[in-house]
Amino acid sequence: MSEPLAISLFSGTDDRLGAAAVLVAGAAALGRPVHLFLQYWALDAFRADRIEADHGLAPEAGPEGANAVRRLRRTGGASWSETLRQAKDIGDVQIQACSLSMDLLGIGMSDLDPLVDDVEGVATFWSAAEHGQVLFI
Amino acid sequence: MTVETLRRVDARGLACPMPIIRTARAIAEMESGELLEVLATDPGSTKDFVAWSRTTGHELVEQTVEAGVHRFLLRRK
Repeated sequence: MSEPLAISLFSGTDDRLGAAAVLVAGAAALGRPVHLFLQYWALDAFRADRIEADHGLAPEAGPEGANAVRRLRRTGGASWSETLRQAKDIGDVQIQACSLSMDLLGIGMSDLDPLVDDVEGVATFWSAAEHGQVLFI
Repeated sequence: MTVETLRRVDARGLACPMPIIRTARAIAEMESGELLEVLATDPGSTKDFVAWSRTTGHELVEQTVEAGVHRFLLRRK
């Protein structure tokens, strides 16, 4: 299964970033190329100075969900950034920052974690997505 | 049959997707025909290793479970 997977990652909360990281890592382990396009609040979470910070959870988590997420991290669950790092190690995973979102946040490549490979526009994203599946998270 | 396991991945206690990530990394460093033993406690691993084997073409030679620990024997294609 080598059909490429293109993901627009929009959400910036730890649970959604975590779910996205699991999907990316699984695809990489199966040999599928992955193209991850960081937009808006997802891009904000990849800032070098706050990638390890607490980015909160989606509203549906509630206090119970927050406890469950903390428990999972303590008992063998890696952080989303660590999962993505390992996915890049084992597979063909490109992480690209959306140029509009860079303008929106007023940041440059030097503000981003080294996990991010480069900046691109939407046409580049769709061009990479052309023959594969697309997810929006 | 005598089977000499050349490499081992201990993924006990690790949540999905770490067992499959560590396996993919280990297999990449092996030679064709070599065997890899993987231990995992993630309940999803039973189906995951079947799917991973089917998709990547690396053979799942043996699959057992004992006291909640899944053991997978894989052969690099």
